[in-house]
Amino acid sequence: MGYTLNFAAVWRSFDLLLEGLALSLGLAFAGILIGCVIGLIVAFSLTAKAPLWRRPARLYVTIIRNTPILVLILFAYFALPELGLALSKTNSFVLTLAIYSGAYLAEVFRAGLAAVPIGLREAGLAIGLREGQIRNSVILPLMLRNVLPSLGSTFISLFKDTSLAAAIAIPELTFEARKINVETFRVVETWIVTCLLYVATCAALAALIRYAERRLAIPR
Amino acid sequence: MEFAAFFDQAWAARVAISKGLGTTVAVSAVAICLGTILGVGVGLALTYGVRPLRWLARGYTDFIRGTPVLVLVFASYYVLGTVGLDLPPFEAGVLALTVFCSSHVGEIVRGALQAIPTGQTEAAKAIGLTFAQTFAYVLAPQALRQILPAWVNTAAEMVKASTLLSIIGVGELLLRIQELISRTFLSLDFYFFAGVLYFAVNYAIERFGRYVERRSALPT
Repeated sequence: MGYTLNFAAVWRSFDLLLEGLALSLGLAFAGILIGCVIGLIVAFSLTAKAPLWRRPARLYVTIIRNTPILVLILFAYFALPELGLALSKTNSFVLTLAIYSGAYLAEVFRAGLAAVPIGLREAGLAIGLREGQIRNSVILPLMLRNVLPSLGSTFISLFKDTSLAAAIAIPELTFEARKINVETFRVVETWIVTCLLYVATCAALAALIRYAERRLAIPR
Repeated sequence: MEFAAFFDQAWAARVAISKGLGTTVAVSAVAICLGTILGVGVGLALTYGVRPLRWLARGYTDFIRGTPVLVLVFASYYVLGTVGLDLPPFEAGVLALTVFCSSHVGEIVRGALQAIPTGQTEAAKAIGLTFAQTFAYVLAPQALRQILPAWVNTAAEMVKASTLLSIIGVGELLLRIQELISRTFLSLDFYFFAGVLYFAVNYAIERFGRYVERRSALPT
């Protein structure tokens, strides 16, 4: 087959890959930050008693979860300008990630809310806390502990989804890898290094999340 | 917005669109079938494999799950071609999705098998069943209850992931839609239309998953 591995070309452009990786992480982080806000609001709506809140929230979650993210990305970037909402590449991508992750996080938070024992709410009422106080100082902190593992895995999969930003030419890791691939023809080396960068980052994120879980666990 | 123009163009392109939809379904179906077969093997290796085999399976699933699907698609299309296995886009895409599917199914199978209380295996041993019998009559039926709903979920994931094959030029639904858009410039209408079609397919799968979940739940 006469293909000899030569990583020199990839190492020369390694800085580009690292810059791409940093951008990927940044995009994922911005996406999940806004996604968390959306997810929290939607999760409270999903658990609300009034159908007026519940129905639209359920509709949003169902639609987003059943549509491929690539279609959402292309829609946000190419179709929204026709409706008069022209965003830059990065903004439209972060917006898409936020709306996409919001739907998944809503389910995560809903499960987390359901796992907080009702007795704690009652205890809060008994010591005279108002509804808002109970929500912010009793339910939310406990819910966040409950959902940390799922929140972490949502973040990791969102980080992997940032590779799709390459489709609208945002210079993140996959885009840079493709560029190096085209410029140097060191196909095998480029993709091996890119894969390893993704895997290593995911492993590091997973370790970080496990550490946070241990730190935040309720001591017994 | 020119609705009439959209309907004219969509009707004129009905063959291309339905062929694209057919390719999407075909790609997903093949990837799900092959991925499930491979994934069950991986899951069994993860749970019951001798140590080197288990490590191998663990390394495989962690590597695949840590890599974005888009990178897998690129790797299988470009890298395999360079090292002598020159697959056409369709086959390369199916291979990438199969590998992706197998790592997910592997984890689902492992999770389900490990969730069965050890008392079940011990009871089976106590009444003198061999491992094969224990697996076939005790473990597999119980694991299947957990596997089926999650597996249907994976199927919906695969349909969504199949959109990524448009980037390497597989003529599935999204690529056909993009071709239509570059001809008609009706990006808003056609991306929305694509979203609706994907939603319909995935929503049907989701409903089916709910049904399977109800049917496979233990009667209470």
